[in-house]
Amino acid sequence: MLQGVSVSLGPNELVHISGPNGTGKTTLLRVVTGLLRPEQGSVTWHGQSIVRDRLEYQRAMAYAAHEPALKGDLTAVENLRFSVGLKRRAPLKELQSALEVTGVGACADLPARVLSAGQRRRVSLARVLAMRATLWLLDEPYANLDAAGSDLVSRLLQSHVLAGGLALVVAHRDLTLDCAVRRLELQS
Amino acid sequence: MSVGAWEAFLLVLQRELRLSFRRPDQLLQPLVFFLIVTTLFPLGLSVQLSLLRDMAPAVLWVAALLSSLLSLDSLFKNDADDGTLEQLALSGQGLTVVVVAKTLAHWLVSGLALVLVSPIVGTALGIPTAAFATMLLSLGLGTLTLSWLGAIGAGLTIGVRRGNVLLSLIVLPLAMPLLIFGAGATDRAIAGSSAAGAVYFLAALCVLTCTLAPFAAAAALRITLE
Repeated sequence: MLQGVSVSLGPNELVHISGPNGTGKTTLLRVVTGLLRPEQGSVTWHGQSIVRDRLEYQRAMAYAAHEPALKGDLTAVENLRFSVGLKRRAPLKELQSALEVTGVGACADLPARVLSAGQRRRVSLARVLAMRATLWLLDEPYANLDAAGSDLVSRLLQSHVLAGGLALVVAHRDLTLDCAVRRLELQS
Repeated sequence: MSVGAWEAFLLVLQRELRLSFRRPDQLLQPLVFFLIVTTLFPLGLSVQLSLLRDMAPAVLWVAALLSSLLSLDSLFKNDADDGTLEQLALSGQGLTVVVVAKTLAHWLVSGLALVLVSPIVGTALGIPTAAFATMLLSLGLGTLTLSWLGAIGAGLTIGVRRGNVLLSLIVLPLAMPLLIFGAGATDRAIAGSSAAGAVYFLAALCVLTCTLAPFAAAAALRITLE
């Protein structure tokens, strides 16, 4: 599906992956996460193949797929606790403040199934934030969000990159951020 | 501060138990199935108590295996459908820890629950109380082994449409020894003879699956996630 794709990412850098539908943007992101293995080539982190030290790489990375990946029967804060808690010990207050930053603090104790698509997206962004990962891999983070939500995503991305983080973002819209943004356009 | 494997195991176990108790319908379904199937036999054979007692071990074990299978399908499928399985796979903990916690949680809410209600069913089937200890022990070992076997099957059939049928086709043949030795142990206990051999065999199968199945199920999940 993907051929001849090469991308490198350093601190304070964001790569914006764009391209028409079906060109393999999500596939590329899944390859970078390690969920998919490339037939040829490799993904390296700090110069080492991610296969060699898979768990260490996973701890340094936060992935938000196109689906918000929330359990409907758990509350927003429980969803965060059970996913962020596997990567780092995060106190409850920190999880609640991550939800507040993404504008869903009032929904912390509501089951995820009663939240709107936009609110669920915000909870998934709060998870990324609470993981405090160096590398953010985001698949369509602007999906289902209103104008204020889109501004929030841009602000979060910008502050993450300016703080020394790395981000690989799949998005159909243009990213106008006050930080280094490189664009990788995939062709069919 | 990174999280250790034991801490991660407890967290996933807690998550699974909480999810199970938030969906009481799914929790009770296998238990109700077990009770209904096993109580149908005494109703049908009410005038032939000796025949019922002879059939009791087989009825008990077949019902236990089938009701355990009912809930196995959703062991990983729900997580795969809502995307949380990917998050678990990328949690930095390794899928083996996740598989162990999820399978143990499955056994606690389905297998152990069956074991706990089995004395009621045993009484209805005419099993003497002296045989209850062997029946409980063998059912406990058998359902735990079935959960481990089921974890492999559930991992392999996540992406398959009508995967529950395929899951039954994969797991039931592997569960044959459980049925033979489990029913045999209960049968011997009813007859008043020693069931130690059959129970030891069930314990050996349980240890074998506990040791190998988490790795096999984790590998199956990794393949199906690709």
